Amino acid sequence: MHSVLGDRRSIAILLGPALLVYSLVMLLPMLWSLGYTFFTGSVISGFSYAGTANFEKLFNDPALPSSLWFTVKYAAAITLGQVFVGYALALLYVFFLRKAGSVVRTLVFFPVVLPTVAVGLLFQKFFEFAPQTGPVNSMLETFGFEAVDWFGTPGKAFFVIAVMDIWRSMGFYAILLYTGLLDIPDDVMEAAAIDGASTWRLIRSIIVPLSLPVLVSSLVFSINGTLKAFDSIYALTGGGPGNATTPLTLYMYQTSFAYGDYGYGATIALTLTVLCLLVTAFIFRATRRAPEQG
Amino acid sequence: MARAFRWAGHRPAYTAAVGAAALVLSVAACGGDGGGNSGGSAKNFTFLAINENTTIPTTLTTLSKSACADENKTQPLVIKKQAQGSLDQQLQLLAGQGALPQAFIAANAPALTQQLFDNGSVLDLGNAVKSAGLEENILPAAGSTIEALYDGKQLVLPSELNIEGIWYNKKLLQDNGIAVPTTWEQLVAAFAKLQAAGVQPISNAGKGGDGWGVTRWVGNYIVREQGPDALKKVADGDAKLTDAAYAKGAQAISDLGKKGYFGKSPTSIDYATALNTFATGKAAFIYMGSWALSAFNDPKQTTIGAENIGFLKFPTVSGGTGTADQVSANVGTAIAISKKAYDGDKNTQAWVECIVENYGNVALRDSSQITGFKTDGSVEVPALTKQIQDEISNIQDSVLWFEAYFPAKATTVSQNSGGQLGSGQLSGEKFMQTVSANLS
Repeated sequence: MHSVLGDRRSIAILLGPALLVYSLVMLLPMLWSLGYTFFTGSVISGFSYAGTANFEKLFNDPALPSSLWFTVKYAAAITLGQVFVGYALALLYVFFLRKAGSVVRTLVFFPVVLPTVAVGLLFQKFFEFAPQTGPVNSMLETFGFEAVDWFGTPGKAFFVIAVMDIWRSMGFYAILLYTGLLDIPDDVMEAAAIDGASTWRLIRSIIVPLSLPVLVSSLVFSINGTLKAFDSIYALTGGGPGNATTPLTLYMYQTSFAYGDYGYGATIALTLTVLCLLVTAFIFRATRRAPEQG
Repeated sequence: MARAFRWAGHRPAYTAAVGAAALVLSVAACGGDGGGNSGGSAKNFTFLAINENTTIPTTLTTLSKSACADENKTQPLVIKKQAQGSLDQQLQLLAGQGALPQAFIAANAPALTQQLFDNGSVLDLGNAVKSAGLEENILPAAGSTIEALYDGKQLVLPSELNIEGIWYNKKLLQDNGIAVPTTWEQLVAAFAKLQAAGVQPISNAGKGGDGWGVTRWVGNYIVREQGPDALKKVADGDAKLTDAAYAKGAQAISDLGKKGYFGKSPTSIDYATALNTFATGKAAFIYMGSWALSAFNDPKQTTIGAENIGFLKFPTVSGGTGTADQVSANVGTAIAISKKAYDGDKNTQAWVECIVENYGNVALRDSSQITGFKTDGSVEVPALTKQIQDEISNIQDSVLWFEAYFPAKATTVSQNSGGQLGSGQLSGEKFMQTVSANLS
């Protein structure tokens, strides 16, 4: 085995095809996209070199701050929701639902496999205000509250997006974190229980530290997934009302494909990439110290 | 050198890999099935329709079985569909790949169709129709409207010739003792009276891109107050949307929204729902183009009956320089033809000529659709359609809609913000600032 892995030609043969495919489908388009940031125009009008004009435009774009703020707000809220609810569900599976766990896990996981557009339409109907009153507003009216125009104002539309996306993905994070919890040795837990540790003490001092690697992975998955969210928001609100729920991804999509400004679209994409890298680096840096600090 | 020698030793494998890559790239490049003609005739006559318009596909299908049966034999009609909201981006992608179908719904933003023409993707139909000796088949009113939109060129076929205005429910007005308003002030007073009586005054959509239903009110108010060339002045740089006089127009509509005249939540209402609300008697007024005649004349869709619908030209605004005779006109959902597909493909040319010659009669007979094509007078039309035909023939001065001169980005932003304006959430000033920021 050592002779194979020590031979450069073997390494090239084993890694070469995968590296080639990866370079063609990932690296090349990324570099291509990076190149577009220095050009203006579209496939119809043709491209011309624009120097740093797209970056100047980025800093003066009145629509960018709201889009960037929505992206960050959405990523923070959904990540917290997904991972927190997912972790709570995972604890529930392990400690309280040992026998019925598989049924509950299946039910909670079910929304993960539903098509995003279908979920978006479902929630549109759930929270409908006009012309028909959806089930949520009917329930509010039954309890004596006024019906709410959920998609008419930015804050309420954001709330519905958050509820939908957390509901849609919490099952995935529950399963991911559940597998992490299963790795915690039973004898450690039993020893702590014999020593009289309360449930809260068990969670704080044993379960969380021992499941931290999978928690960190979940956070990185979630934050990167939510920073790049597109389909669920597009299906539910289309970025509205106005542009109040337009994340960077949707703004980039509109700029490139609807407005035909590929150069500026690529610049927005670059902004998103940098944001993802910064957040991921921050999470790794913050959590790398945690185990050492105990 | 050793590495180069090693590559040379593997030349057959290297050549095969390069060959395979070239094959993949060439297959990908030819991947579009849009009917582009690269020598010889295309297999089908492909038409890219939009989901929201059923009249054009229906008329073309009827033509393929009747007047254009021969053309359909050599090039069978294939209809593909696309959501109107994503039509512009689809056209850009297809044009970028050189894969535009032979015929397609023209872009939502006229500026994009113009751009497609500039890069050689769209056919100058004015010249094509003239070369075929069929220019008599395009009504002068339609021709001049198209030319106003496309810098003096006829880039689309006028599958619609519309006037726009305010349609009203005669019975609801009568029941509430309201005379047909002729001024803005009378109209607003009518809204207040209807609202007090528990009737929704206006039904217009504001959901996503359907917000044009609200922004049309803005454009018309401005044109009535500032004169017919008010929006052209903005396009020419002689005025700004953020100027007080223009923001006042948007504010007038925002005020209607604040009072709830557009209904509970215009941001939740799409085009079909807005039309249905009016057609089933749940609202008294709707701003709409004459393209809605096919729906109004359909008793299944319009339960209040076509005879109960009246048409009102957008009223005058006191002190304004615009008059009610300056009617908003357009060619609505029009058809563009791919230059690449048309040039040198006699079968496609025959199809286009057949459409120009026969579309008008079939659309009018089967869908009550007034088009910009000549008809032979053999079709008997419902009274409401006849009334609109007369209105169209009497047009002396036409104006374009609010976003007509805007680029695609400003058009989208304006129409996406229409719902918030119609609910009174956006002030006129803020709306105009938002749109204005995207004009360049």
